[in-house]
Amino acid sequence: MWTAVITIALVALAAGLALSYAWRSLPADSNELVSKIDELLPQTQCAQCGYPGCRPYAEAIVSGDAQINLCPPGGDDTVGRLATLLGTERLPLARHPELERAVAVIHESLCIGCMHCRNACPVDAIVGAHQLMHTIIENECTGCELCIAPCPVDCITMRSLA
Amino acid sequence: MSAPTYDLGKLHGGLRLQAHKSDSTSEPIVQIPVPDQLILPITQHAGDPAQPVVGIGERVLKGQLIAEAHGSLGAPVHASSSGKVVAIEPWPVSRRYGDDAPCIVIECDGEDRPIEPVEKHPDFESLPPDALLTWILQGGIVGLGGAVFPTAQKLMQAITCNLEYLILNGVECEPYISCDDMLMREYAHNVLGGAQILLYALDLKTCYVAVESDKPDAIHRLGEVLAELGDERLILKQVPTIYPSGGEDQLVQLVANREVPSGGLPTDVDCLVQNVGTAAAIYDWVLHNESLISRITTVTGDGVARPVNVEVRLGTTVGDVIEHVGGYTGQARQLIIGGPMTGKSVTSDRVPLVKATNCILVLSEPVSLSDEVPCIRCGDCASVCPVQLLPQQLFWYACADDEAKLRSYGLTDCIECGCCDLVCPSHIPLTFDFRMAKARIRELADEKARAERARQRFEARNERLEKEQQERDEELAQQKEDARNAGADAIAEIMQRKQDEDK
Repeated sequence: MWTAVITIALVALAAGLALSYAWRSLPADSNELVSKIDELLPQTQCAQCGYPGCRPYAEAIVSGDAQINLCPPGGDDTVGRLATLLGTERLPLARHPELERAVAVIHESLCIGCMHCRNACPVDAIVGAHQLMHTIIENECTGCELCIAPCPVDCITMRSLA
Repeated sequence: MSAPTYDLGKLHGGLRLQAHKSDSTSEPIVQIPVPDQLILPITQHAGDPAQPVVGIGERVLKGQLIAEAHGSLGAPVHASSSGKVVAIEPWPVSRRYGDDAPCIVIECDGEDRPIEPVEKHPDFESLPPDALLTWILQGGIVGLGGAVFPTAQKLMQAITCNLEYLILNGVECEPYISCDDMLMREYAHNVLGGAQILLYALDLKTCYVAVESDKPDAIHRLGEVLAELGDERLILKQVPTIYPSGGEDQLVQLVANREVPSGGLPTDVDCLVQNVGTAAAIYDWVLHNESLISRITTVTGDGVARPVNVEVRLGTTVGDVIEHVGGYTGQARQLIIGGPMTGKSVTSDRVPLVKATNCILVLSEPVSLSDEVPCIRCGDCASVCPVQLLPQQLFWYACADDEAKLRSYGLTDCIECGCCDLVCPSHIPLTFDFRMAKARIRELADEKARAERARQRFEARNERLEKEQQERDEELAQQKEDARNAGADAIAEIMQRKQDEDK
């Protein structure tokens, strides 16, 4: 009987040591979790969550700095999916209303070609050169509105696609 | 004459429906005269809208190109008669999604003057096949079976596959509709001539002409013409009268005894299916330079005075057509564009007749929707589903909006034939729910693709910014380094230059 007890105890000890070694020395796979969360986010890169893009927000969620309800473009659907993934409570969206899909439009006759909007666009969806008219590639625009504030002549507006 | 054969595959499920076809086949095809006004939607096909090439006020001739193919899966639109373009504006149309669509409105002058024929190819075999396909593209020809997929693009895709059979679809399994039946009776030459053109263009040896067994006159007439042509490549096949044996994949199963894979096309099992109406349209275009500007349509139901098949110019309003054949009866209550199973109910007869309109059905009693009660899981829907899906499971997941499960249970393979609706003892509008769920799945997939693209662009931009910053830093460091190395010599040189300038 003792042989059996000792064998089992040794096996358990070995497994415990291996696990604690793995816990300490191998990096926690938070990267994978960040990617999973990032996949659920709408990728508008609008920074309305307070982080400079969707992936940074995903990182903040994993590190515990941010709640899961800070993404207005994603809406309640995204909060629900994040809650399912992370096994947490389904929080109400922090900022209402939920945003509908829209794209930015540059009124080209007013544009002075200052490049400010081009530099602000997180997905390089604005084309144009210095002192020449700029325009938005509608298919690539995520509707983040980050180009509106920098425009010195207020020639950018949002057009709803809903 | 090739005798109809019975060596057929087996179709799962399906229903024997009351056909109501003889109502509209007792008379020959009636020609509808040119109306006062033609309304031609720029989207009469499955792909991107055509681009108008005429302006308001411009005079157009019958057969003139008024909107050219544009974008992916485009098809051109031609004027159905001569007259003046008076507007390009939204107009109520019959479509599955949405109500109004941009249309080119032509006020007809009644003269019906045709445009000079550009090219006729009575001897089509002198053209190389790819030139023939390009030519077919310009005729505005789309699949007339209902899906209105541009024919030229379908053929161009098919030509890259290793095809074995061409199947002409003359099955027309949906109740009430008899336009293909009448077409085969009266224009059998055109149908089989179109088949010969297709066989040449695709370099094929065999064409099955499939006709449902409830069309003996059409089969007889096709047999006569076949005997006349003496073309060994054309083989007439009679298929049983079961709805929906005329579905593309179902017909391949029946005629060639091959199952089209989930998410695949008939070309995956070396078959190509074309509607008989499409074949006739190809014949008219290639041999007579007549673009697709008219079609045969069934006007039927107990709400019209004279159920009949009509040959009508595209763009004629449904109201004009019905008026010409004797108008409505007093009991007309519901107007459906298409058949009773897959058609769409419309609220106005101002909608124009388009390339897809194979039937105008006016019923006295609106199809009554009994109150929906909970599913009792009897499984009747699964036993009639021609695609062998499990509608009761799909319904479950559609209610739960479970995209992954809907996909894994094959929702995207649903052909929306409506058999499950009809047998459901709980009166659940399954097809409607599936249609909605399909739209939702498509939307989600689009959203995902968009998000993925935005993510890639965001990452690419960050990488670019990082690289630019790094390059700037390196350059700055290099400058500092250079200045340090240059040291005393450089300073002396600068001082020297300064002194020279001062002198």
